[in-house]
Amino acid sequence: MPLVDDATTVERAPARPLTAKRFRPFEALAENIIFAASTVSILGVFLIFVFVAREALPLLTSRQIQEEVTLSTLFTTRMWQPVGVEPKYSVIPLVIGTLKVTIVAILFATPLAIGGAIYTAEFAPRKVRELVKPVIEILAGFPSVVLGFIALMVLATFLQKITGVQSRLNAFVGGIAVGLAITPVIFTVVEDALTAIPKAFREASLALGATKAQTALSVVVPAAAPGIAAAIILGIGRGIGETMIVLMATGNAAIISWNPFDSTRTMAATIGQEMAEVVFGDAHYTVLFFIGVMLFAITFALNLTSHAFVRRITRKLGSLK
Amino acid sequence: MNAPARTLPHGRGPQVAAGSIAILTGICAFLIVAIVVILMGIIIWNGGPHVTWEFLTKAPETGMTEGGIFPAIYGTVLLVIVMAIAVVPVGAMTAVYMHEYARGRMVDIIRTAVHNLAGVPSIVFGLFGLGFFIQFVGRGVDRAFFGGQLIWGQPCLLWAAMTLALLTLPVVVVSTEEALRAVPDSYREGSLALGSTKWQTTWKVVIPQALPGILTGGILSVSRGAGEVAPILFTGAAYFLPELPRTLNSQFMELGYHIFVMSTQSVNVDETMPIQYATTLVLLVLTFALNFAAILLRSRTRSKIEQS
Repeated sequence: MPLVDDATTVERAPARPLTAKRFRPFEALAENIIFAASTVSILGVFLIFVFVAREALPLLTSRQIQEEVTLSTLFTTRMWQPVGVEPKYSVIPLVIGTLKVTIVAILFATPLAIGGAIYTAEFAPRKVRELVKPVIEILAGFPSVVLGFIALMVLATFLQKITGVQSRLNAFVGGIAVGLAITPVIFTVVEDALTAIPKAFREASLALGATKAQTALSVVVPAAAPGIAAAIILGIGRGIGETMIVLMATGNAAIISWNPFDSTRTMAATIGQEMAEVVFGDAHYTVLFFIGVMLFAITFALNLTSHAFVRRITRKLGSLK
Repeated sequence: MNAPARTLPHGRGPQVAAGSIAILTGICAFLIVAIVVILMGIIIWNGGPHVTWEFLTKAPETGMTEGGIFPAIYGTVLLVIVMAIAVVPVGAMTAVYMHEYARGRMVDIIRTAVHNLAGVPSIVFGLFGLGFFIQFVGRGVDRAFFGGQLIWGQPCLLWAAMTLALLTLPVVVVSTEEALRAVPDSYREGSLALGSTKWQTTWKVVIPQALPGILTGGILSVSRGAGEVAPILFTGAAYFLPELPRTLNSQFMELGYHIFVMSTQSVNVDETMPIQYATTLVLLVLTFALNFAAILLRSRTRSKIEQS
């Protein structure tokens, strides 16, 4: 038994009267320095938004650029053709491409990752669990350029042989590879949520005569549902922002088509592909930064939502303890 | 919790269905493991024979179709070292502030910021590096000190490393925080009771205990940074350079970028296939070795905590 309940009361009680008498410049300096360091992450998020938005701002303010492209033409026209005599900028094909790839990725990754996580947390013998978890870490450690490379070299050819589609590189190939990239993300969050469910839940269910499978399916999984929702949302966010894989494996054709087997270009891939070639400050440059703002806003919103779900589950379980 | 009870299946039929859940989910887990094994197998099988001492130590020759990848390895290592020098102190201090000093709302604000930073797409970090480090800071420095000459206002090693440092900051923060949480409060109480100040306690008692955790975070951030390509696409990476980078404002070659360009933009993709696989294998071995070291370190710390 500790004499006092928590750290805060400790430092309040004996230390305060002492420090109150004597000003300690070194203590204050040290605290200020680490405080300054800790603001880097807050500043970072803030500055990312400000500086990406700053380069996109001429879209709203510059006459010269508005002659070529405006906010409304970005969403009302239907062609993305930034190079040529008459450049055309429409984000519609890019948004559709991003959605296609993300949907394929989620459809592939969600059942696999959630199923795997349920098995690992609820059914797997200890030895199997100790095998699966490091394998997930290995998959999480795969750089996305490596997954993109495999998708480009092996998966694309393999899938073309099976399906016989025309364009070897398409949204489906890219989506599967992106799915592999987000599988460990979803798996980890779901597994965390499942293992956070108190033992008492399982014991109560088993004591009532339910089987292990019934307990998992009807007690543990429903209780962890917010965590599972958080995992899927987080996965969607990752999928939308994924760059290297789609850059390498989707074929990069900005066409409006909902067919997953057509060559496709996403928002993130467009930035990666074209930013190196643009003239600093021109319309194309501005539009690419605007797409960056869109990506930032979408993933930011998804992250906050996911975070809110995770909080809900910790609060719910916290009140039970 | 009476909700689950309602949905509990009754009778024989549903029970069998529920039983098959174990098998179904087991197949999912098996598939994941199988996929990882296949991925590794493909890369080792195709790249392994080509990874020789010469490949690791020579520069590319005859239009990238021969020779090795030494400049790319060198560039990657230099990049992550500069990155680690920036990110480890800042990340560790953030966690120390959050766990040892901050109270109430401030903890929430920093934690939310770190969470959101971790969720920003890597390509957006690249845009940020270009817009902030190169256009704003670099050009600003050039105007102020070099009379507008282009010295820092262009893609280079330093700005790529800084961009990656911001990207990997959450990795260091999370890992350090976990280590700090594992330091028992009785250590802090003991130190404070002996009359040491808050900072003395933090510096001499808490941080030494948390050092392996900080190191784990550093290694994980390096492994992550070494594999990221999107943020350095336009902040400093180059396809081919005749010389190794000598200063912080040089451009550099990098393993991941090398794989990307060789496999998508070079004219003789088929001819250089073995080089591409071998480069992939080298990058993968590098990141896995780092991850493995971090996992070992972490599990040792965790078991130490469980003992105490």
